[in-house]
Amino acid sequence: MPKTLLRLRVNGEDHDVAAATHKTLLEVLREEMGLTGTKHGCELGECGTCTVLVDGQPVLSCLALPIELEGREVTTVEGMAVGGRLHPLQQAFAELGAAQCGYCTPGILLTARALLAENPKPTRQEIRTALAGNLCRCTGYTKILDAVELAALRSTGGEP
Amino acid sequence: MLRLPPFAYLGARTVGDALQFMRDHGGDAMLVAGGTDLYPNMKRRQFEPSVLVGLRGIRELGGISGSAESGFAIGSQTTLTRVAEHSGIRDAFPALATAAGLVSSPQLRNMGTIGGNVCVDTRCNYYNQTYQWRKAIGFCMKKDGDICLVAPSSRRCWAVSSSDTAPVLWSLGARVRVHGPGGERVIPIETLYRDDGIDYLAKRPDEILTEIVLPPVNGTRCAYLKLRRRGSFDFPVLGVAVALRIDGDRVLSGRIVLGAVAPQPREAREASALLAGHRLTPELIAAVAEAASKPSKPLDNTDFTHPYRKKMTRVFVTRALRRLAGLPDSPRNDAEVADR
Repeated sequence: MPKTLLRLRVNGEDHDVAAATHKTLLEVLREEMGLTGTKHGCELGECGTCTVLVDGQPVLSCLALPIELEGREVTTVEGMAVGGRLHPLQQAFAELGAAQCGYCTPGILLTARALLAENPKPTRQEIRTALAGNLCRCTGYTKILDAVELAALRSTGGEP
Repeated sequence: MLRLPPFAYLGARTVGDALQFMRDHGGDAMLVAGGTDLYPNMKRRQFEPSVLVGLRGIRELGGISGSAESGFAIGSQTTLTRVAEHSGIRDAFPALATAAGLVSSPQLRNMGTIGGNVCVDTRCNYYNQTYQWRKAIGFCMKKDGDICLVAPSSRRCWAVSSSDTAPVLWSLGARVRVHGPGGERVIPIETLYRDDGIDYLAKRPDEILTEIVLPPVNGTRCAYLKLRRRGSFDFPVLGVAVALRIDGDRVLSGRIVLGAVAPQPREAREASALLAGHRLTPELIAAVAEAASKPSKPLDNTDFTHPYRKKMTRVFVTRALRRLAGLPDSPRNDAEVADR
């Protein structure tokens, strides 16, 4: 299958990538660009672990085609920490142990980031609703919800 | 790893582009909008088109115009998130906003379109499986085989209509605009569907659903209830859409449309007819709900047992009507309604 040259904007940088048209964004991120922070789970749109942000909105990279995303801003978990400084969500997840195996964590961090960008002080129920498409199969969601709340609190000036 | 089969992608910028691409490639091409239904199916090898014609780049199809007084026109490429969050739709037709907001998960609603949800492929436990699974158990007639594994003596396919928005749009009297090689037509949405799990759309594969046209709200009140195993993230195993026009305390007309009980949305016509001209009393609601469960004939091919899904039709119709009547919600069963 011939490859197509694509210009993708990922984590604030333009990348020229040669990939076959039928390769999903997940495959291109992981296999062509070496950005393995985005995880592959069910690959059928049922688990949310491959979530990335496109123009700030959470979408599933396993069902997105790079050719449809030229000119759009893609953000992966690698784009969350800035200059070696963890994003407040990453910091809160680490402090509260909101990851067990960690496989669902990148998708959840990005989905939560989109939530906080739109709604800096979400209620617990709003966090649950926003994360409804991200499955964690290790354990419950309590620490994940706690961590999103903590990050929201800190980001809005209520440092505990 | 489940990968897509190879294909060429042609991104359309106009409806004319898309029609031309479909003409150029004939039966080898398929249309794709958000891809959230088609791409999983392609990964499981339910479809292997050599060309995909992408519709999401057609800007004129991505938006909502109109008002409660004039009715709304919703471009087919509008995402489900936008439909669910649109303030005009939420006020005028809350059942549609609710249904769009109950489709799948937030990520998929950011990708999936209302046109895609209206045209979503029918589903069945024996169909929505990987190629290897289907091969191991023996292929069914919807793909690669020649028998129905749900009803082996049946000559037809019973895969289930699994759209949340279609029953609501049907109940609201929506029409759809379809562009094809021979021009465009605007048809009532109920004529878009066929009672066949394989050939479930009454449009040619090269015809493009471009717009959904909602009538003026004109006193319509509506509700949508969805049965599924998980509250967060599932296809409907029963959908109940109710739309009523009410004058004072009397129902002028009503429409009840059931989702996920047949290969197409199914209007409960007898039940709908019982509503016209009457007050929405608990007794009438019980009678209507009983009548509405008659055309609900689910088979054993989705989640939950089919007798339970049939039983829940009556319960959900009761709940929807009681909600619209302003009566206390969620009676435990029909006897509780009748006893009041």
